[in-house]
Amino acid sequence: MSAIELQGVSKIWGETTAVNNVSFSIDQGTFAVLLGPSGCGKSTSLRMISGLEEISKGSLFIGGEDATIASPADRNLSMVFQNYALFPHLNVEENILFGLKVRNTPKQLQKERLKKVAEQVGLEQLLDRKPAQLSGGQRQRVALARAIIAENPICLMDEPLSNLDAKLRHIMRVEIRALQQRLGMTVIYVTHDQAEAMSMADKVILMCDGKVEQEGTPEELYNKPATTFAAAFIGTPPMNLIDPVACGLDKKISQNQQDNFLIGIRPEDIVLSNENGLKAELISADYLGADTVVTAKIQDQEILVRTPGKVTITKPTSTRLQWPVKSVHVFDKSTGKRNDNIEVLPI
Amino acid sequence: MKHASTKHQLYGWLLLLPATLFLLAFTYYPTLATLAKSFFSQGTAIRPAAFVGLENYTFMLEDDVFWQVAWNNVIYALFTIPISIALALMMAIWVNSRLKFKSLARMSFFLPTMLPMIAVANIWLFFYTPEIGLIDQVASVFGIESHNWLGDPDTVLGCIIVITIWKEAGFFMIFYLAALQTLSPELEEAARLEGASRWYYFRRIMFPLLMPTTLFVLINAVINSFKLVDHLFILTKGGPDNASSLLLYYIYEVAFSFLDQAYASTLTVILLAVLAIIAIGQFVFLDKKVHYQ
Repeated sequence: MSAIELQGVSKIWGETTAVNNVSFSIDQGTFAVLLGPSGCGKSTSLRMISGLEEISKGSLFIGGEDATIASPADRNLSMVFQNYALFPHLNVEENILFGLKVRNTPKQLQKERLKKVAEQVGLEQLLDRKPAQLSGGQRQRVALARAIIAENPICLMDEPLSNLDAKLRHIMRVEIRALQQRLGMTVIYVTHDQAEAMSMADKVILMCDGKVEQEGTPEELYNKPATTFAAAFIGTPPMNLIDPVACGLDKKISQNQQDNFLIGIRPEDIVLSNENGLKAELISADYLGADTVVTAKIQDQEILVRTPGKVTITKPTSTRLQWPVKSVHVFDKSTGKRNDNIEVLPI
Repeated sequence: MKHASTKHQLYGWLLLLPATLFLLAFTYYPTLATLAKSFFSQGTAIRPAAFVGLENYTFMLEDDVFWQVAWNNVIYALFTIPISIALALMMAIWVNSRLKFKSLARMSFFLPTMLPMIAVANIWLFFYTPEIGLIDQVASVFGIESHNWLGDPDTVLGCIIVITIWKEAGFFMIFYLAALQTLSPELEEAARLEGASRWYYFRRIMFPLLMPTTLFVLINAVINSFKLVDHLFILTKGGPDNASSLLLYYIYEVAFSFLDQAYASTLTVILLAVLAIIAIGQFVFLDKKVHYQ
């Protein structure tokens, strides 16, 4: 049984459709990430699951029961908000216990749970501080603690790390993931950061323009992007999408209508070579430490190449590009869909 | 080094000078002069003012009108302050919600504040007029007899209280509305997810977060309740039989109608003392309970 299931869910505001006929299901204990650019409907989807936003069309099942019109409090879920939504006049302890107090949980149980949760998120020393006296990371922990103290099976997180600096974000990523696995929670996590999604998720649901573009494990999304959008969204830098005709690659695709296709190659699959391969010109280089992202040009097509070590380019240099046949992805040009029926020949 | 810091200090004092001058000339000097005057008798052309010690104050304690006016003011404050603040808060919450005619509602609540006091008094004078006034006309439909609202010592103070609440509530609403709009909607959502009712959210989250505004509004309301003059001019002139006279209006009468500046100064000193005690009390006792962002 899935913990959460959406069936043809839509959100319509007057003329605009923010979420369009979205269906997916998430299994118990899964860390699911709703990923997509801003305005793709991922936050709205999350808010519909939470009940803070009404579902215009379709149905929502939580734990197998229809929760389409249930009130937020009856859905047995907790939520971590983007700006933490901590109550500024209450101290850390009161913030964490807020939900239990609303539900009139016995004092003894409140105390036990508080002790356990404070330990789990490392807030034991800070219980009588006000949110304004905490750092960003500590506030984030309070928000987490407030979400897990109710011991709800499902936890929703709306871009919870977007206000933290890069280093702290990385630490919190690891901690949230560890906490989720230790507690066996089902988490739905909204983010626009594909690196966050790749590193945390059991399952990624990639959204675009209010629709689900692709769902699967991070590896599936990376290795077999279903559409050009998925290909260009996942990976840093994203996959190169090249028009084969413009690059003189049309002979390498065993099909008669070659100009109907785009080929995609990940920057890390391309090798710079001096002997054979496709002729190209190196334009510029972005040094990242362990490797360098080089911008190359074939005719007027820009191609990014990720190459180990440091490469310096002061003036346009000609070179040759190579890649293994198995790392080439083919997409239909008109629909943007992946097409695995096309055979690709080596360069 | 020393030279530089002296210059720096001089510069600072010069910057403070204009404001200091105005405060001295228009606040501190009059206050102290009033205090001094209250210890002297009212001078005339023949008999110059003489030091009389606390004579003015003993006279005040024996003055029946003073006690009546003071009591009127207490009743006036006890009714206008809590009611107008509660109404202001309710109206602010109401017009802060998703309402169809939000701007219209906001404007109509705020309108009484924008009208000049004299105009307000004239409008209400028409409402209260016996027989032809709005209230009596509406009442006559239900067969209720005409009543001279402002001419009856039993109802006149109530009439003044109603006008004040009508005017103040809209004004205080603006402050509450501004404060409400700084509250993040996420707070309400977080509370809703935990199953908090609207009343619980109001009691535990919204009202405590609005405390700075409440304190500000409260102080304003208290000060206003001691400084009403304009309405009384138009509506009642303090009558009948001082039933609607308030402290400041009485001071005005003593000073400019009875031309007894010495006694007026005495009353002013009492008014200032009362206001100072209330303000200090509010800041000292309430400030600890207020959460500032």
